[in-house]
Amino acid sequence: MLEIINDYWVYFLIGQYPNGPLGGLVLTLLLASCGLVLALPLGIVLGLARVSPWRWLRWPVTGFVFVVRGLPLLMVIFWAYFFLPSVTGVKTDQFTTMLIALVVFDAAYLAEIVRAGIQGLPRGQMETARALGLDYGRAMRLVVLPQALRSMLPSLVNQFVSTIKETSLGYIIGLAEVSFIATQINTQVFTKPAQIYLILGLTYFILCFGLSRFAYWLERRLARRGMSMANSASAPKVSA
Amino acid sequence: MPLFDYSLLLTGKYHDMLVAGLLLSLQLLAASLVLALPIALVVALLRLSPLAPLRWLGFAYVETIRNIPLLAHMLFWYFGAPELLPEGIKQWLYAGHIEAYSAIIALSLYTAAFMAEDIRSGIRAIPTVQFEAGRALGFGFLSTMRRVVLPQALRVTVPPLISQTLSLWKNTSIATVIGVAELMYQAGQVESATFRSFESFAFASAAYLTVSLAITGLATWYHHRFPVRTI
Repeated sequence: MLEIINDYWVYFLIGQYPNGPLGGLVLTLLLASCGLVLALPLGIVLGLARVSPWRWLRWPVTGFVFVVRGLPLLMVIFWAYFFLPSVTGVKTDQFTTMLIALVVFDAAYLAEIVRAGIQGLPRGQMETARALGLDYGRAMRLVVLPQALRSMLPSLVNQFVSTIKETSLGYIIGLAEVSFIATQINTQVFTKPAQIYLILGLTYFILCFGLSRFAYWLERRLARRGMSMANSASAPKVSA
Repeated sequence: MPLFDYSLLLTGKYHDMLVAGLLLSLQLLAASLVLALPIALVVALLRLSPLAPLRWLGFAYVETIRNIPLLAHMLFWYFGAPELLPEGIKQWLYAGHIEAYSAIIALSLYTAAFMAEDIRSGIRAIPTVQFEAGRALGFGFLSTMRRVVLPQALRVTVPPLISQTLSLWKNTSIATVIGVAELMYQAGQVESATFRSFESFAFASAAYLTVSLAITGLATWYHHRFPVRTI
């Protein structure tokens, strides 16, 4: 096992990078970070639409969220892989395809986290803001959202963990992320599949376990700092 | 060539392939669910056990499984694990449907970790006095669990378990990477044979969505039929 790590660790981390495209663990992290950063604004907009008082906005977005959440991520990736080129006319590479699929998929899940965050706040917050003369948009932006987003922080870290796990599905469209690289190492070494996939599992574990402990710590810390009113905001736990 | 060729999906060879894929996906769902539930119950009880080493065992199981993507589990159980077995068993395994068995093992172990946490929080939602009263009446740990705590806890646990079943249903699609001929795999096959990607993926999406919405509907029905009781 140590021998494999010794021989292949650079390849495992960055793929063929200086001589070829970036890959491996670095690509996994890059994809997950870009995915979450891009999905967050979209998720907030969709979440706001889900709780908006206007039906013409709420219904289509609710439908979208239900459809995306009812489909496996793999299905979303396939749609992106085969339809982006035919719609845009440009052949998108695997990274872009995967990024777009992740953004669409995560935005739907984040929308539900945002919705739970907003609905978890006491009704009085919105009513007070309106009574003070703010219109709906401003009351949302200045009073409700800042509090809701704060209580969402631990869920966001958890969503990042999910996104890291989701990037592994790039494997199926040949994206050179860490699972794909592990399989390539496996075909080169040939005789030690169990060790190689244990190393892969261990790598994901260290990364995701560390992050999920961080989310747990954050939750404790936010709860201690007098966030008692946001405690009822139970954002749904999401799984990949 | 028509824009959307329904006939491809309604009859013929490709229709049969897609339907066979859907049936296999449903079989994966059923087999994994049946295996995952008892494992989850055992792990949840381990996590609540009065003995520290057993608690640690449960914790280790849940955290290791949950923090590794299902894809990596599948690859390990398909490519890695059989290599570790003795030669005779290996031969016998490779002669059968090893990819389907690997997928079922990966799916059940993965789902069980999530379900164990749901069952555990269901048990913890039951006031401790219930447990204490059971013990005071002379029941042991396991009898108190079985006769007093679990019957109440499972009622609270069913909705999250249904939502884990939904995740499991979507996760069956990942079995395609190790070559299980389920719905996603068949959709890919039909796509590459006919170049009608829109039709084959539309069929697969509609099938996934139908089952997903049926599971969501089941959750809603349960919520109305058995509302949460406040004790």
